[in-house]
Amino acid sequence: MKKILIAATAAMLVTGAGLFGASAADKLKVGFIYIGPVGDLGWTYQHDLGRLAMLKELGDRVETTFLENVSEGPDSERSIEQLARAGNKLIFTTSFGYMEPTLKVAKKYPNVHFEHATGYKRDKNMSTYSGRFYEGRYIQGIIAAKMSKSGVLGYIASFPIPEVISGINATMLGAQTINPNIKVKIIWANTWFDPGKEADAAKALIDQGADIIMQHTDSPAAMQVAAERGKLAFGQDSEMIKFGPKAQLTSTMNNWGPYYIERVKAELNGTWKSEDFWGGLKSKIVVMAPYTNMPDDVKKLAMETEAAITEGKLQPFKCPIVGQDGKEVECKGGTHLDDGQVLGMNFYVKGIDEKIPGK
Amino acid sequence: MGLIEAIILAVLAASTPLLLAATGELVTERSGVLNLGVEGMMIVGAACGFGGAWLSGSVIIGALCGIVAGVLMSLIFALMTLGLAVNQVATGLALTILGIGLSGLIGSRFVGEKISLAPHLYIPGLTDIPLIGRILFGEDAFVYLSLALVAGVWFFLYKTRAGLILRAAGDNHASAHALGYSVLRIRMFAVMFGGACAGLAGAYLPLAYTPFFIPGMTAGRGWIALALVVFASWLPGRLVIGAYLFGAVTILQLHAQGWGVGIPSQLMSALPYLATVIVLVLISRARTGGSTAPAALGTVFVPDR
Amino acid sequence: MQLVLEKRAERSNTIALISPLIAIGLTLVTMSILFAILGKNPISALGVYFIDPLTDSYSLQEIAVKATPLVMIAIGLSLCYLANAWNIGAEGQFLVGAVAGSWLAVKTQGTDAGPWVLPAMMLLAAIGGALYALIPAICKVRFGASEILTSLMLVYVADLLLDYLVRGPWRDPKGFNFPTTAEFDPVAAVPALIEGGRLHLGGVIALVVVAAVAVLLGKTIKGFEIRVVGAAPRAARFGGFNSNQLILLTFAISGALAGLAGIIEVAGPVGHLQPGISPGYGFTAIIVAFLGRLNPVGILIAGLFLALTFIGGEQAQIAMKIPLDVTKVFQGILLFYVLACDSLILYRFKLVFASPKVSSGAH
Repeated sequence: MKKILIAATAAMLVTGAGLFGASAADKLKVGFIYIGPVGDLGWTYQHDLGRLAMLKELGDRVETTFLENVSEGPDSERSIEQLARAGNKLIFTTSFGYMEPTLKVAKKYPNVHFEHATGYKRDKNMSTYSGRFYEGRYIQGIIAAKMSKSGVLGYIASFPIPEVISGINATMLGAQTINPNIKVKIIWANTWFDPGKEADAAKALIDQGADIIMQHTDSPAAMQVAAERGKLAFGQDSEMIKFGPKAQLTSTMNNWGPYYIERVKAELNGTWKSEDFWGGLKSKIVVMAPYTNMPDDVKKLAMETEAAITEGKLQPFKCPIVGQDGKEVECKGGTHLDDGQVLGMNFYVKGIDEKIPGK
Repeated sequence: MGLIEAIILAVLAASTPLLLAATGELVTERSGVLNLGVEGMMIVGAACGFGGAWLSGSVIIGALCGIVAGVLMSLIFALMTLGLAVNQVATGLALTILGIGLSGLIGSRFVGEKISLAPHLYIPGLTDIPLIGRILFGEDAFVYLSLALVAGVWFFLYKTRAGLILRAAGDNHASAHALGYSVLRIRMFAVMFGGACAGLAGAYLPLAYTPFFIPGMTAGRGWIALALVVFASWLPGRLVIGAYLFGAVTILQLHAQGWGVGIPSQLMSALPYLATVIVLVLISRARTGGSTAPAALGTVFVPDR
Repeated sequence: MQLVLEKRAERSNTIALISPLIAIGLTLVTMSILFAILGKNPISALGVYFIDPLTDSYSLQEIAVKATPLVMIAIGLSLCYLANAWNIGAEGQFLVGAVAGSWLAVKTQGTDAGPWVLPAMMLLAAIGGALYALIPAICKVRFGASEILTSLMLVYVADLLLDYLVRGPWRDPKGFNFPTTAEFDPVAAVPALIEGGRLHLGGVIALVVVAAVAVLLGKTIKGFEIRVVGAAPRAARFGGFNSNQLILLTFAISGALAGLAGIIEVAGPVGHLQPGISPGYGFTAIIVAFLGRLNPVGILIAGLFLALTFIGGEQAQIAMKIPLDVTKVFQGILLFYVLACDSLILYRFKLVFASPKVSSGAH
């Protein structure tokens, strides 16, 4: 015990000295609010990788702070405000549930800039940003239809929000270009994050005849189940090849680094403006993991599709799109659905037999 | 593999962590101690179990690490509630807070790492029997271990003198004390057993279910284990039924969706809890003079001298 | 020879006064070691946790906001615990109260309903919480079912009910399917006390509740009954007190207070109904009740103190990059020390030389 105390005192002195030596006075302070722990291997993990990528590039002029595991309930407004009060000039709030709190704090701190991920409300000092994840899903659909022997895809979904629905639709539209009779089974896990339940859902889908597993939940659990059962799967959010070296076809990865770098640079240069950023493959916010475990012709097709989407030659939601009810969906974007229709998507395309929960 | 067989296999795996943790808590509660910190002990068990397996490359060492971690956590609880006569409910809740924090600290070193899962058994001949072979002889060893553990607990509680004394301590600590038994020592062992089981249950998740550690991966299973003990009215046999029912509801709810059955999933999820309340009322009512609940459950005991 | 615990003849007032100080001292020592291991300066870390939040009005406000639901729930729970009724399902009662009150807010949304909406919501929430709390209470007095366990089970049911409502019937039609109701109208929102601040009317209500319960316990016969039934059930029976009636009463009061806290949180800081409105308030409040020694003023202090550790923990994450997990460990350790030291108010340690089994000298 005495030894520990001596060690503690020594450490106290050392770290105390270190503290006074440090200076970070004139760096730009940038704050992040995370919904999960930084080690969740999914959504929050990718945001944190983005933060680190930004630091790598701009670390000499920027200092970052993050608050993790901030629940979307009554605590979030305070957490955001704490970051604003601590002198952060640019604050990224990285979950949909932070929308109202971010808006409230933004009104209180007009000189601080806020960036809210995946939301739809903006202000003069509050931007929104998100990824066109459906672009990656479209490619996944094509690969899945090529690779599936049973013609049944298994889809683990989290919550029936437009981002998830548009992902399911894009998958089906892609798959139908290869096999018009492809089927999808959807299981709503009603959670973003419960590895055990995600694994159970993957097992259930495989047991019901699906041979390709796709997920819109955050952990690598489903990938690992597919690997164990000798099936194929797509990763989500991050590179998951480690959890299924023989199973992962590709993964639609969220790559926030370029966006964070761009926005922090804008802040440093004084050119930051409130905007609505929605980037996909082209802006490298959505990145496909290497195409693996598939024959070369499928790989080639996937890469061509990726290139076509990146160049804008191919629109996943190109008209005509027929809804589940057999009626053609209004085509507001001319040749394809417009962003508003995708952002608020609340219908399934033809070919999906199930119903959207709660609808 | 038939669908029914597949469902049964999934149910067995999903139920095992619940059954392990609940078995430990059952013994703890039978001795008269209510430890609400199961979730906290489990998540620390998961972190240490994964860490042990990752560092050593051995699932068995991982499981042992989980058990030891669970026991250490339970000893904090024992020190507080038995040694210092602190309220058990408050201590159990504080233990969960501590456990979530500790597991995060321990687990932060293993983020993104992967281990190989506990192998499934394969006994030539037996595992190949159609229909039942995979179920009876083809799961990972923990599944069968958990069942053996319940059987052992049943034997201990009802067929041994020590078990009788443990139950006596839980039903009437004053009498047990008057008969010359050290109630506190009995309860300490019961709490430690509960910790060991919870630690193993937590370790089961990264060792046999999903081969990685993520903070919060127990996702409330410790609380379900607490509910199970009540659902089983403190009887080991019913605990098995209860755990498999809980597991079956979880798995069937997922399958029902795949089949396109449109029941609100929240209702399905709420059923086990409602069933527990109803069971509790029924058993309490059926037995005059109170329920099968250990009479001294949750009360502090300080020996008079 | 062994060290054993022995009940004191009467509670030690000296220990009662100094035990929190001992506990905090022990926590400081333990945490200093932990911080040192983590390579953080313990003195500045502890300063950020405990001192900094007390030095500016913003943090003080936030502490009050955070403490409001904790104190309100814990006050109700303390009545239960004093009467030996073990309600640990306050989390569920909080959620049901929030749901019951929000029902009116959702129904009147967009209408020209007047300022009666908020008081009516609060009333509904209190009734909802009370009725929900009465389920385990009735199961207890009517069937003898353990209220600890039934009230805990009902937490999950309440959670799932809320989940179902905000994902289904009450979902904001303009909210892109996200699981939340629309923002409440101004008449359905708890007003702020200071323009632009987060401190709201709920803080005042919590103080009124503290005062009311202090009077109830100290000055009324019912309060006396509650304390006697808990402390000396046999005496209470001889005195003709109806302990079943008291279980129902204390459960109803604590359920009502939890429900009220629920709607205040939803209509105040959050502004709409959504899943996750409670970061475990109902469970944290149990700890607050015990930290406050089941005494209204003690609970007020304990609630503020626990809120301080939340705010301080967040500031430590910002100022010193101390991980959130350390704050959880810190809270856990602190709770253990406080509970352990408080035990010495009623008990003391004694060295025993003989074997404890030999207990009787004469028959």
